[in-house]
Amino acid sequence: MPKLIPVADELSKPFWDAVNAKRLVLQRCTGCSKLQYPPQKTCQVCGNAALEWKEVSGKGHIATYIVIEDGRLNRRMPDQPYNLALITLDEDPTVNFYSNLPGTPPYKVPVGAAVEVTFEDVAPGQLIHEWCVVN
Amino acid sequence: MAAANDYKWRRDKDGQGVWEHRGKVAIAGLGHSPVDRRWDGVSMDQTLGAYCILACQKAMDEAGITADQVDGIICCDSHIAGPSGGSASKWAPRPYFDSPYDSELGLTLVNAEWLIKTMGLKNVKFAPTKLPTIGEMVGMAAQAVGDGMCTNCLMIYPCGNLEGRYRRGGENADDYARGPRQWTVPWGNHGGNDFINTFPFNQYCLKYGGHHDDLAPFVINQHKNGMLTPWGFNYNHDIEPITVEDYVKSRYILNPLRIWDCDRPVQASTAYLFTTADRAKDMRQKPVYVLNHSQHNFKQPSTQADLDTIEKWTDHAAKRMYEGAGLGPKDVDLFNPYDGYSVMTQFYLEAFQWHGVKRGDALQFYAGDISVKGPHPFSSSGGNLGNGRTRSAMYTDSIEQLRGTAGARQVTVRAETALAAFTTPPSGGWLMLGKHPN
Repeated sequence: MPKLIPVADELSKPFWDAVNAKRLVLQRCTGCSKLQYPPQKTCQVCGNAALEWKEVSGKGHIATYIVIEDGRLNRRMPDQPYNLALITLDEDPTVNFYSNLPGTPPYKVPVGAAVEVTFEDVAPGQLIHEWCVVN
Repeated sequence: MAAANDYKWRRDKDGQGVWEHRGKVAIAGLGHSPVDRRWDGVSMDQTLGAYCILACQKAMDEAGITADQVDGIICCDSHIAGPSGGSASKWAPRPYFDSPYDSELGLTLVNAEWLIKTMGLKNVKFAPTKLPTIGEMVGMAAQAVGDGMCTNCLMIYPCGNLEGRYRRGGENADDYARGPRQWTVPWGNHGGNDFINTFPFNQYCLKYGGHHDDLAPFVINQHKNGMLTPWGFNYNHDIEPITVEDYVKSRYILNPLRIWDCDRPVQASTAYLFTTADRAKDMRQKPVYVLNHSQHNFKQPSTQADLDTIEKWTDHAAKRMYEGAGLGPKDVDLFNPYDGYSVMTQFYLEAFQWHGVKRGDALQFYAGDISVKGPHPFSSSGGNLGNGRTRSAMYTDSIEQLRGTAGARQVTVRAETALAAFTTPPSGGWLMLGKHPN
């Protein structure tokens, strides 16, 4: 699957560096302990600018999904149709991620099933985080 | 001239009370260009610029004012479907026509400066830049007139469309995911109201019961209302009405989102003339009064807003609008929410509790009589689905219903207040209009 290649910026570099080392890390507020993803400059709950990177378990569940049959991204056209699932993180279900659910055929998505993080090559030296159904 | 970023016009906070200019600002004129599927790239009388000038002239003529009486212009820098499309919306470089068309301005782009110059509007004193889309511009126009920034203000919404597939260029043709897109496009979400709302719509069906196909009566009714709208795309292009079978057999875009859940991109422009209530009384049309405008811009808690978040946001927006208007759900006669994807409209209907519809009730409500001649004339405009992606049908229909000039669409229920919007659940605005100032 020729996925688009993320371009790290100053804020996201620690995240992508961790992903490239096959670790899933999220920002955690040192004040109120809220986890957040995608990264932001301050805590979205209390506004605290003191955020730390915390490795999380990489376990989650499938909340719902759609199947992209006629999307607008040139690079993903050959993949159509493909799943786009919404994954909630077990540590904090208000944190969610997208996933194409590698290994799960289009339309055969078990909503509510447990998933775990995996890492996928999208370019030399660049991984992205993906999620696979736990059998 | 004042810049938008210097002027505090938004009503986007809670607890602001009833709008200070409630009933003191009116819409006195409206104008629509023809609504084409696309600009052919050749016909100079059908450019976005030509259509904006035409819409402005119609709005002025309808109100009975001349160009030298216009002292405010509110027009977003616009290309395909407004500024919300990012670089994916922009026309590829190509040769221009002869002078003065030495830029895209007037062809596929329009802004206030170009309109002022081209239309010879000599007395404009308020023409802000860096503007949002129509859902907020109507609020800005109302506030500007109320604050005395201008007296006769033309608000113009250009909406272009060109040959080729919609929004396939720019960043959507890129191999890289930059900025905020690094969190979405690697997995296929190119952004937009379709993605924002389809996931929570699925959760809606799980939570309350129902199926995507239950949207069919709403979508079909939007098409029916569109065929009653003489300026709209469907009416002028003899678009065949769709049936339930057509709908449920139509192809998927983002399964379960079908092609008929999506509005049709068009080439068109709309203009409204805002003025003071006092001046409006002496103009040609029956004034339609602005009772409130409100905006919202909610912060997304994670990658994707889920159903709980969408319901919280829309409840919040409804409360803010009702508070500023000094009205409640039972006071609203016409309700024209945005329908630019059919999977979101129930969120607004239930948040505003129009005709008593509460969370989880919308699909059942759609299955009842929502025709314009019935007791619950929901979205009497036909919206974008029935008229093309002008993003203005909701406002125009509300104005015409309150004037009593909606023709075949004229509702049979009381028509003294109307609520209209172009908005998404996280951002946009609402406009409350009244037949009377009080």
